[in-house]
Amino acid sequence: MAKFKAKKQNIAIDMTPMVDLAFLLITFFMLTVKFRAPESLEVQVPSSIADTPLPAQDIMVISIAPDATGKGGRVFFGVDSKHTRLAILEKIQERYGYEFDEQEKRLFSVLPEIGIPFSQLKSYLNTSEAERKQVDKISSIPIDSTNNELKEWILFARYSNPKIRIAIRADEKTPYPVIARVIETLKDQKVHRFNLITTLEAQPKS
Amino acid sequence: MAAEVGGDSGAPKKGKKSGKAHKPKKRPRIDMTPMVDLGFLLLTFFVLTTTMSTPNTMPVVVPPKITEKDKDVEPPKISEDKVITLLVSRGKIYYYAGLEKNLQVTDFSPKTGIRKTLLERRAEIEANYGKDEMIVIIKMMEDAQYRDFVDILDEMAVINQKKYALVEITPEEKDIVEEYRKTMEKTL
Repeated sequence: MAKFKAKKQNIAIDMTPMVDLAFLLITFFMLTVKFRAPESLEVQVPSSIADTPLPAQDIMVISIAPDATGKGGRVFFGVDSKHTRLAILEKIQERYGYEFDEQEKRLFSVLPEIGIPFSQLKSYLNTSEAERKQVDKISSIPIDSTNNELKEWILFARYSNPKIRIAIRADEKTPYPVIARVIETLKDQKVHRFNLITTLEAQPKS
Repeated sequence: MAAEVGGDSGAPKKGKKSGKAHKPKKRPRIDMTPMVDLGFLLLTFFVLTTTMSTPNTMPVVVPPKITEKDKDVEPPKISEDKVITLLVSRGKIYYYAGLEKNLQVTDFSPKTGIRKTLLERRAEIEANYGKDEMIVIIKMMEDAQYRDFVDILDEMAVINQKKYALVEITPEEKDIVEEYRKTMEKTL
């Protein structure tokens, strides 16, 4: 009998506070969330126990991924601020004598990562977005000992922003000789301290 | 839970004792369930994206290059008893203690791998020389991948090993590893 009665009673839970809280949290997360900039080079970074967050400012990122053969690597370069990018382009103009018009400059300043030899940069900036994506799949900044443009990129970036720090974002399958080559390039520039970008992995309990 | 929320769908209360509660005008009740559903969906989404979009970094310090003017500078001498050398290959680590080049092989597995080896070696050195005396020399082999590089640096962080150095591999060591691999194949 008692059971029957309880069933008939229509309980209405006041959900308003819960909804209030939920929307408060949504608002909070929406405002604090920072979406990752779309990356030109797809990279699967290895995991580590390192838990220092990457600084958001004054950072240059050297992205490395294995190439199609799996023996070599492709290298891309990116800096965080528009201002620095424009300063870098200015330096490229000075050094190599290429002329970039306003439109090309504007496009360059919004591209998060560049992975093209200096000689092809101008034509790269004049192609459509879809074509650029195609180029990004095979192109790379040259890092051979005879033609090491990564060195110039690092030099230009450090001229443009002396406070800049260096991070390496490499794919976990990149052959080590490519990494060694990049580290060698950094050493040539007297950079002995840099960061490797990793994803978080739980610290083993011991 | 959701069924109770929409008050308007329920049957009108039988006016037994609820004479006071029963209002002459029906208060419209909005069914909040879909809104709550959507709210929590968005909440979950934002919670997940915020935690995932923070990349972490691992600091690395590499020794400076030896230039012309450093030619005469003697490299620092370290006691061979305190050293362990790791030759890191793809998913495998060949190691030897001190100067005697009898290689042993291990891997990155958490319980039985390189961590155990290093901790044992450290305990040994600690017993003889005191704390923080072990020096790990890391040499990356050409067939290694970036993942191995991060893994070995990670091991240093896990066991809190402060003294380690990244050194270029010598041709002699390459030969030893090659030989070791050949003998291993034969025994198999």
